[in-house]
Amino acid sequence: MHWESWSAFWDMGGRGFYVWGSYGVSFALIALELYFLHRTRKAVIRRLLRWRAARLEDTGEDA
Amino acid sequence: MRGKNRGMDATPGRRQRWQQGIEARQRSPRSLWRFAAPQQFYPLAGRLAPWFAALAAVLAVAGLYLAFFVAPTDAQQGEVYRVIFLHVPAAWMSMFLYLVMAFWGIVGWVLNTRLSFMMAHALAPTGAIWCFIALWTGALWGRPTWGTYWVWDARLTSQLLLMFLYLGYLALTRAIEDPRRADRAGALLAIVGSINVPIIYFSVKWWNTLHQGASVSLTRAPSMATVMLVTMLVMAFAAWFYSIAVALWRVRTLILERERHTDWVAAELDRLAVKEKE
Repeated sequence: MHWESWSAFWDMGGRGFYVWGSYGVSFALIALELYFLHRTRKAVIRRLLRWRAARLEDTGEDA
Repeated sequence: MRGKNRGMDATPGRRQRWQQGIEARQRSPRSLWRFAAPQQFYPLAGRLAPWFAALAAVLAVAGLYLAFFVAPTDAQQGEVYRVIFLHVPAAWMSMFLYLVMAFWGIVGWVLNTRLSFMMAHALAPTGAIWCFIALWTGALWGRPTWGTYWVWDARLTSQLLLMFLYLGYLALTRAIEDPRRADRAGALLAIVGSINVPIIYFSVKWWNTLHQGASVSLTRAPSMATVMLVTMLVMAFAAWFYSIAVALWRVRTLILERERHTDWVAAELDRLAVKEKE
């Protein structure tokens, strides 16, 4: 551990904007990807369930 | 569908026999080929993805700890060099995933396996994100070290082209209505576009670029301190396992959509409906 204090850590030798701008945006993108992955799966499953229900009604099949 | 004429045609074409051969192998319970069948791959992907995700998370935490608390200050660049631990793995993944997409595209064209094309689809968004991260972190690193966010040198320009290739793939495959045609058009773009990957990789050798040379090379001793190299590799493995996990999850959703007319997806949907109500 070579940081004298937390403020020195956040300051990154005066380059905090560039370092945290890099890591911050990258991890935000990764979090967004995981969120949309989850949301898309939910949406697809709901759409397919509706599609299946409609098809079963049309053909009069038993579920 | 292909299966309609089967058995009625007295002399099946070569293509058909080839297809039947693959399908027979996919049905064989002990052959690894069975996982090329979406029905078999779907549960396998569901079992594997959480493990890859957990491994990625552990490696990312370890890598970030090394990056910020163990790796020393760089003698020339000071603290800002710590961007490298994100920048280089992201750039590697963006190139590697594009090659993997092209690989699945070739497999899809040659063997006519649906799952191969789906794998290519599943990789594209993640590859595009890594490519953007490489460009973004590169810009933020370039400003304090080179004095500019952007320069039109060979490395940066070819990496930007990779971004457009990813976006082109995503736009093209979503614009074509018929999934079989979208698969093939996308695969062709991935295969042709993969020529750009070696151009990115060797650009720093072939042209005089502002961008520095390769950080890690198999043919010579590493030019950086061991702890920095180890940190970068840990982060690279984290990025790799993350990409695998996300691609597996994404391909599962894709499989459900594409195979919705099959009995096994109907059964899976019934199971999911019960789960949704709970």
